[in-house]
Amino acid sequence: MSGTSTEHHDPAVAFESAKLGLWTFLATEVLLFGALFTAYTVFRMKYPELFRVEHAKLDRVLGAVNTVVLITSSFTVVLGVDAIKRGKTRLLEVCYGATILLAAVFLCVKYVEYAAKFHHGLYPRTNLFFSLYFVMTGLHGIHVLLGMGLLSYVIVLSRRGRLSASYYTPAEMSGLYWHFVDLVWIYLFPLLYLLG
Amino acid sequence: MAHGTGNFRRAGITVFVALLLLTAVTVLVSYVDLGLWNAVVALLIASVKASLVALFFMHLKSENRLVWGFALVPIAFLALIIFGTLVDTMLR
Repeated sequence: MSGTSTEHHDPAVAFESAKLGLWTFLATEVLLFGALFTAYTVFRMKYPELFRVEHAKLDRVLGAVNTVVLITSSFTVVLGVDAIKRGKTRLLEVCYGATILLAAVFLCVKYVEYAAKFHHGLYPRTNLFFSLYFVMTGLHGIHVLLGMGLLSYVIVLSRRGRLSASYYTPAEMSGLYWHFVDLVWIYLFPLLYLLG
Repeated sequence: MAHGTGNFRRAGITVFVALLLLTAVTVLVSYVDLGLWNAVVALLIASVKASLVALFFMHLKSENRLVWGFALVPIAFLALIIFGTLVDTMLR
């Protein structure tokens, strides 16, 4: 282990370490959402009739629109990371800007949905299904907000000239996080909106 | 480390289109009553979509075994937690 101090300054090693750190964080995220998915599974098996009736009160068209919005926002992240790997900082900023915009669209649709539910007297305390619906989509929504902040920070770094084809770790890591947020929604959408 | 190639972008576009198509399929299938099979189909499609995102968007496909371990172990734990909790609640 004589070369430890120099290894820490090796950019490739630093990149790998950052990546492992992020995947570790994502592992804790899997278990955080996992607790809710477990609760969902248990209650769904216990009260199938309640879930069948209540899930029909959600707007599956709006849910589908939001799924497309989020998938597209992940795709623009892919394009952004590809851009910075080729040293195109301006393109990275445009792509991540598009992702942030799409994330805002997602949250606006979510707001419309929540408002409609409240209007019809459906609250987190209404029943087990809506408790789970609001907690799961709410926690996911907080993650979307956090992601918007992270991606904005990457754009700021890029504008300050801190990112390049040889150093783009913040862009890559925030991108990985964003794909995870997309991944959670890929399961939330069918479980909450589609399954009767 | 930096592999910003045209191939990479083409794969990204293919996966993106596949994700959109799978979303359309899962929504359309949900309007057809297949009984228990609705849940099977929906979860299967969701898992294919999740795998596509992880393999290509998060480029797990080209990662080393250590990263694969970091990705798979929490999923195994989640499966164990759900299974264990179900055994407990269903047999009580």
